[in-house]
Amino acid sequence: MVGSEVILLDFWPSMFGMRVRIALAEKGIEYDYKEQDLPDKSTLLLEMNPVHKKIPVLIHKGKPINESCIIVQYIDETWKDKSPLMPSDPYTRAQARFWADYVDKKVYDALTKSGTLKGEEQEKAKKEFIEILKVLEGQIGEKPYFMGESFGYADIALVTFYCWFYTFETLGNYSIEKECPKLIAWAKRCMQRESVSKTLPDSKKIYEFFMEMRSKLGL
Amino acid sequence: MTDEVKLYGVEVSPFVARVKIALNLKGINYEFIQEDLDNKSPDLLKYNPVLKKVPVLVHNGNPISESLVIIEYIDEVWKGVPIMPKDAYEKAQAQFWAKVIDDKCHPAVLKAILSHGEEQAVAEADEQLQFLENELKVKGSKFFGGDNIGLVDICAGYTIFWVGAAEEALGIELVAKDKFPKITEWSDNCINCQAVKDGLPTRDGLVAFYNRLFGKAE
Repeated sequence: MVGSEVILLDFWPSMFGMRVRIALAEKGIEYDYKEQDLPDKSTLLLEMNPVHKKIPVLIHKGKPINESCIIVQYIDETWKDKSPLMPSDPYTRAQARFWADYVDKKVYDALTKSGTLKGEEQEKAKKEFIEILKVLEGQIGEKPYFMGESFGYADIALVTFYCWFYTFETLGNYSIEKECPKLIAWAKRCMQRESVSKTLPDSKKIYEFFMEMRSKLGL
Repeated sequence: MTDEVKLYGVEVSPFVARVKIALNLKGINYEFIQEDLDNKSPDLLKYNPVLKKVPVLVHNGNPISESLVIIEYIDEVWKGVPIMPKDAYEKAQAQFWAKVIDDKCHPAVLKAILSHGEEQAVAEADEQLQFLENELKVKGSKFFGGDNIGLVDICAGYTIFWVGAAEEALGIELVAKDKFPKITEWSDNCINCQAVKDGLPTRDGLVAFYNRLFGKAE
């Protein structure tokens, strides 16, 4: 059966799942996408990721790989023939890993707090988030992508948050583009790649999803 | 051309110890620069301006930060004893467990230590360590990666040794050895490796560190 060798357990609004979808698209890999109902986790998900019980999970020839950044690296190593995602020299590769790790450690919490906290705490959270974005913006600098001329691993790690910006800008009443225009220019450049534009859901759709989820949770 | 390798760190950081172990495994000569974390050197701030943390490896003037990133770099640049598995799937598993250790096990164990063995903190540490214990049971090998030490062993193989020093300073048991026979055995196997022994602080040094730390807290 076409695509059954590669299965992706995912959840459409997840910026972590999107990273894997972008990598699979860059490599032109056919796969079986299985949407997960996160409040009601499937037996397959629990079996394939018993430690974290989280998506995304890539199942390749029956074996699971977890953690989006690890999955992207796995995809790059396994499907070597097309569109390399990691830089070719060890030092630049280490820098790409550092920046993807920085995104993983800093962006999610800072972004969500900038929209969900209130009052003075929110102002502080917004400031912290913008500081993190400015660091990332500084790293990109005048280059088209994080590590230079080629779109790759570090770009994939960050760009999937782009479709979530609108949600937290609206909730936090601020503009990321105003504070970090070069970062938004980089994001739009990434969006010119089909793998990215076809993967990232529309920002308004993300916003609707988020607001619906919050109202269901009574927030 | 001889390589110039410098490692900025502190003796009592397990993240720094990891890098030392990796360098030892590869037989790399390096200069260790002891940092005072309350008074960071201009060099450290220059080489790690983003996070301002140790360890930082500087190879021929080029800095690399974050222990897991550094270890993979060391493995890719210097041949010899392999640290990462060759097979892409096995490599992904090693990276996954290293991340579990960093994101879950280490913070939980640290909390148990710093809280002086508070019940809830110890319960959480036990929960995280159970994942490692189960995985070691399933593997049934001497080290996480098989017959030889690899990434995961370098990251946490000596956990019992390390926690043991904190336990001695505190005078309490934090990790019940009888609950974690596999992790205990693993720790013994790891600290018997020369590369690991040479990379870890001495037991006395570590106990003295925890004594000072807890003395400060009181």
